[in-house]
Amino acid sequence: MEKEQYQKLEQYVTPKPPYLKNVAKAFVVGGLICLIGQAVSLFYMVFFNFTEATVGNPTVATMVFFSMILTGIGLYKRIGQFAGAGSAVPVTGFGNAVISAAIEHRSEGFVLGVGSNLFKLAGSVVLFGVVSAFFVALIKYILVTLGVVSW
Amino acid sequence: MVMTFVFAFFIGGIICAIGQLLMDVGKLTPAHTLSTLVVIGAILDGMGLYEPIIHFAGAGATVPITSFGNSLTHGAIAEAEKHGLVGVLTGMFEVTSSGISAAIIFGFIGALIFKAKGNVD
Amino acid sequence: MVIIFPSKPSVLAGGVAAGPLEKRSIFSSYFDVLYDDERWQMKTNEQGHRQMVQEACQSAIKKLGVQNAEVDYFLGGDLVNQMTPTNFAARELAMPFIGLFSACATSVSSVIVASLLAELGAAKLALAGASSQHNAVERQFRYPVDYGAQKPQTAQWTVTAAGYALIGQHREDCPAIEAATVGKVVDYGMDDPFHMGAAMAPAAFQTIQCHLEQREQKIYHYDLILTGDLGQLGLKLLKGMFVENGVDNEELTILRDAGAEFYGQDEAFQSGASGAGCSAAVFFSYVLQQMRVGTYKHVLLVATGALLSPLSFQQGETIPCTAHAVELTMK
Repeated sequence: MEKEQYQKLEQYVTPKPPYLKNVAKAFVVGGLICLIGQAVSLFYMVFFNFTEATVGNPTVATMVFFSMILTGIGLYKRIGQFAGAGSAVPVTGFGNAVISAAIEHRSEGFVLGVGSNLFKLAGSVVLFGVVSAFFVALIKYILVTLGVVSW
Repeated sequence: MVMTFVFAFFIGGIICAIGQLLMDVGKLTPAHTLSTLVVIGAILDGMGLYEPIIHFAGAGATVPITSFGNSLTHGAIAEAEKHGLVGVLTGMFEVTSSGISAAIIFGFIGALIFKAKGNVD
Repeated sequence: MVIIFPSKPSVLAGGVAAGPLEKRSIFSSYFDVLYDDERWQMKTNEQGHRQMVQEACQSAIKKLGVQNAEVDYFLGGDLVNQMTPTNFAARELAMPFIGLFSACATSVSSVIVASLLAELGAAKLALAGASSQHNAVERQFRYPVDYGAQKPQTAQWTVTAAGYALIGQHREDCPAIEAATVGKVVDYGMDDPFHMGAAMAPAAFQTIQCHLEQREQKIYHYDLILTGDLGQLGLKLLKGMFVENGVDNEELTILRDAGAEFYGQDEAFQSGASGAGCSAAVFFSYVLQQMRVGTYKHVLLVATGALLSPLSFQQGETIPCTAHAVELTMK
């Protein structure tokens, strides 16, 4: 059988991902995680004098803490299998990427294992976050200097 | 206040649904998807559009990974406003994202107390 | 490519050790050792992997009632970097050792080499087989085991199992090795590491075709043609290719796949099982025992292997695959 012919057969046999179902599951689970995040935000605003502008930081940290617990007991990957991007896109998914790598590489020690591999999955997010922030700020600076926009 | 909860659910859900489409339809790996969303977050903040979303959706905008791009860009732009071109650079070193530090701390603690287990359910 | 063994070396005994999740396999009652701890109470997954290889070898040796020192060669491999679990097991077993890597096709490539050594008279007894341990393999080829990435329906689950067989001179009451085919490396341009069945099916097809042609056989000459770990979708594709070649549906029921059947219809495992230990565990327990009791008299075992690495995938390479076949008969 020729390559092209096989690729056609492969296309025919392989099931397409259930797009609608996957998007719906991602929407609901992602929404629920953000809802929990909102409850955490409210908690910090009511009891710890955070404002709407500053509450993001403690909220995110708390969500990552929840993520550690769920990752550690092996629950996060089950949520991930069900929800897909619904549990990968919230910051808990970023936490899961870092924490699962840390737990996994414990067997190579804290320096060579955990230390070197902590960001092997999440590193790209940090890289592109920082680099894009740099370029966006630079472009904005140039545009302001040229008088196109204002701060 | 109740409305913030509703919007948190919807905006957060929509951002995740976009992520799912990038994975399923765009055939991106999770790492590519998350990187793309972070860049989108940074660009939205550059255009001054992310803060308004946080204003009405709260955690719906701060919890998804797009907020990384937003908070990093926000810091860089604030510094640039104060110190000009140098600020763009120094801003990069001043801004922090609590998500990154939290992930490092809890990653370390997680490695101390948990063991990886290959169970299916 | 086809090798004929005039002296018909025999598969004298098989030993299989498997992990906790493999208790759910439909073949689990045929396995010799099932362990509740995937690390075999060792500190690391890799050490547990090594221990599992030893357990499988020892149970084959025990079944035959021989000593370690009587085994002339130890031939095997696994999927971990530089095959340390098998290498380290060889250190403990203290046998002359050649490590073999054909990814998941090692379960048969090792049998082929062992049969050649037996045919040559160089080995009275040779241990041949392969193994995989889920955590150790996943962390190398894909993600950390606790990472919550969504696996598509095409994905397969790497089994925790080791299967080893003792190959020796011909014996009437044991399955005999008649012939073998060493497969070419085939690449049909598939590049999805979560759809290995599609990448490996063409390799299995070519090897089976080549073996049948040169042996002047048809599929219906066999009681069973069992591929290694194509999974449910890979098996469908393999059958699809035979249909294109004019093989009818009834004949196709002879074609089965160990990976597709391994965990039954459990959807948690997506398209089925994979890993070097999958084919080895099924071949050297279920198949051997069914041949001994006479359920199957003529069997073709075809192990398939995807020859990729995490780096080759990230560099955008397609997935080259191979398949090796061995033909067994039972009087």
